[in-house]
Amino acid sequence: MSTKILSKSEGFYDVYDRRPGTDKDTTHYCPGCGHGILHKLIAEALTDFGVKDNAIIISPVGCSVFAYYYFSAGNLQAAHGRAPAVATGVKRSLPESIVISYQGDGDLAAIGGNEILHAANRGEAISVFFVNNAIYGMTGGQMAPTTLIGQKTTTTPYGRTVANEGYPIKMSEIIASLTAPVYVERVMMADTKSISNTRRAVRKAIKNQVEKKGFSFVEVLSTCPTGWKMTAPQAEEWIKTTLAQHFPLGVLKDISGDVEPLNLDHHLLPTDRIGKAINLPEADADQPKFVIPDTVNEEIKISGFGGQGVLSLGVWLSEFGMREGLNVSWIPSYGPEMRGGTAHCHVKLANRPIGSPLVVHPTILVATNRPSLEKFEKEVIPGGKIFWDNSLMDITPSRTDIIRYPVPATEIANQLGNTKTANVVMLGVITGVSEFLDENIVRRTLPQIFKKKHLLDINMQAFNKGLEVAASLKRIA
Amino acid sequence: MERQLIKGNEAIVKGAILAGCRAYYGYPITPASEIAQAAALYMPLVGGTFLQAESEIAAINMVYGASGTGQRVMTASSSPGISLKQEGISYIAGAELPCVIVDVMRGGPGLGNIAPEQSDYHQMVKGGGHGNYKNIVLAPNSAQEMCDLTMLAFELSDKYRNPAVVLADGFIGQMMEPVVFPKPVTEFPEKKWAIRGTVGDKRNLISSIELDPDDLERHNRKLQQKYAIISQTEVRFQEYELEDAEYILVAFGIVSRLVQSAVDTLREDGVKVGMLRPITLMPFPTLPIEKYAANERVKFFSVFELNNGQMVEDVRLAVNGKKPVKFYGRMGGNVPTIQELVDQVKKQMREL
Ligand SMILES: Cc1ncc(C[n+]2csc(CCOP(=O)(O)OP(=O)(O)O)c2C)c(N)n1
Ligand code: SF4
Repeated sequence: MSTKILSKSEGFYDVYDRRPGTDKDTTHYCPGCGHGILHKLIAEALTDFGVKDNAIIISPVGCSVFAYYYFSAGNLQAAHGRAPAVATGVKRSLPESIVISYQGDGDLAAIGGNEILHAANRGEAISVFFVNNAIYGMTGGQMAPTTLIGQKTTTTPYGRTVANEGYPIKMSEIIASLTAPVYVERVMMADTKSISNTRRAVRKAIKNQVEKKGFSFVEVLSTCPTGWKMTAPQAEEWIKTTLAQHFPLGVLKDISGDVEPLNLDHHLLPTDRIGKAINLPEADADQPKFVIPDTVNEEIKISGFGGQGVLSLGVWLSEFGMREGLNVSWIPSYGPEMRGGTAHCHVKLANRPIGSPLVVHPTILVATNRPSLEKFEKEVIPGGKIFWDNSLMDITPSRTDIIRYPVPATEIANQLGNTKTANVVMLGVITGVSEFLDENIVRRTLPQIFKKKHLLDINMQAFNKGLEVAASLKRIA
Repeated sequence: MERQLIKGNEAIVKGAILAGCRAYYGYPITPASEIAQAAALYMPLVGGTFLQAESEIAAINMVYGASGTGQRVMTASSSPGISLKQEGISYIAGAELPCVIVDVMRGGPGLGNIAPEQSDYHQMVKGGGHGNYKNIVLAPNSAQEMCDLTMLAFELSDKYRNPAVVLADGFIGQMMEPVVFPKPVTEFPEKKWAIRGTVGDKRNLISSIELDPDDLERHNRKLQQKYAIISQTEVRFQEYELEDAEYILVAFGIVSRLVQSAVDTLREDGVKVGMLRPITLMPFPTLPIEKYAANERVKFFSVFELNNGQMVEDVRLAVNGKKPVKFYGRMGGNVPTIQELVDQVKKQMREL
């Protein structure tokens, strides 16, 4: 093949001093192999566009795994097929760099099919060079997804068949069918003229990235004399007469002239503004002292249908407890317990550190549907409290060694005009009859939970109603 | 300090951002999805990258790429997704790249279920992918530690150029507790090896390939040396009621919270029992366990896990036959009650 038209550019090392062994002047590729030529075309383009020092090459697993011997550029060697994902990580971190994903047909079209498809579909602003030599070179001439029907390889010794292996895959056509890619072209390297044409395509793919145009993809039909068991001239001829017939050359997509440059910049937030951005709590300077006993040890289970706000009620109780200075934990029903549309949560509030966050023997059970009351009533400790929504069930706790709090929470909520406030009614009752909750903390915190004024108003009403219920229940008790 | 009631999974993301992490790549999976969701919420607000990858394989390779540029980067998943990441983790360990990987473990094998298990101990602590490598593995047992150990994971992974894992379970991930968040980290180690697309670093190379057996052996020896140093200097563990303990319960993660309660209950019954909780699983607290094993007072070790007995192997190695090592495990997402643990310890005492 005519390599005369190629000279070493500054993007290419003069002496391959990273190459092990004594030979530092020739590449490790077989004579007549296309890889070395494509390397030089890429290096030349990087040099000519003035970006050789900003270039980062992602090399694949395949014969070109050692691309770093040659390119005078930063190099990340990727796992088999993953170069586009690695390139994504690099480009997103360094939007100003020129990121090249270089892959063979096994790497890109077989094992890495998913990575290339999605990098292309996201329109990553990288340049992909896809060396299609219709075979696995590195591992000894096995079939590639691009191997032609009838082509003999070491794993298709009788020739590839449609019945067994299917048709050769046309990656450029697939990539070009996506919306995001800006430039997709298939070229070949079989003689001086076609190499010149490849040079043009390579330059365009790199220029696109320099101009922040988006995803560019160049498929290069390339020789593998060793894998094909041919001489170099035979291999060049075979590309022209056979391979290029199955993989039509030409531009499959080019919208690079029509698209605006991408805005890839990150604006890192100054350190002093991070806390606010990630919603860290600000000190509440005039937080009052709350009146709670020294020996709080509440274990609360709240259970009902999904949508009744039982999980939220648990979170609120934990939040109030925390603001009172208690140790708290909240954990939702989760895993095997999450069945049949019921939900429950475990809440612990205590002065001492909390070991297990799970509530096995509740001091308080809040049941807002019948199955919950039936299921958990027996778990409550003797002397514990059971709150149940008696507007939603016709049963009452059968135990006599517990304190009973029937609360028509849903009925009250409906009267207020919003069923969803039932859990706040319940909250009011719990607050009214429990020593561990200071009414003031609830009043102070509700505005932070219900940020919209009309929601806050109705929920304050619900809370007050709950307190009234608590007062009347206390009188009965 | 102001406390915030927050889910463990979300505390991880805030901790990561405070530690200077500005890139997250991941794929959703229960019970780790809140991590991706919180990262999606906060990363753009601090000028970072959040990307939902096409798979866990892609995600870990994006991490590889981002880490190669010197950026603090993380991914998170749960057991089946972690299995997929193992190839990438092996490459990251081989190329000596820092990164943080969060595993919110769930029930397995296969699709298993979404309930908490600790059955990824082997695949995270012992390697998981191919090759002679180890991850640094930290095991939080509270929402506070989800934040703190994530921050520590970033520090250690940079310090040793090694992947660091936060090994949590579905329970700690889902649980809400008060967390005090520290100040953002402002000083970061210099990464001369990183590739930043400038003249100064263009000869840098991120790679795990070493064709020559001698070179690869040298590289492997260097890795083993690194793990040895980590084992000498980075061991962290918690001792609970061990001063006079005759029976030592060993547990990590959420189980240690249950065991702590069981210790309290047993102590009320006058049983001299305590707990040793490994906070770092790699490096494993071998020396402290050895020390207790040599103590005449100690009658046995009893290991509690949500798996088929994985960490118990490391406890046995440390005890080295000096004392009996008992094991009790639950699987499938079942979590023992405190009473169950108490009964087990009493049964083990009777069997002695
Ligand atoms: C996960 C994995 N599977 C398989 C291999 C073995 N392998 C190395 S290169 C290769 C195929 C390379 O073929 P191609 O991508 O066409 O590149 P070429 O060598 O032809 O340039 C394979 C299968 C590997 N390194 N990793
Ligand atoms: S095996 Fe094929 S692809 Fe690999 S170096 Fe030789 S000719 Fe090139």
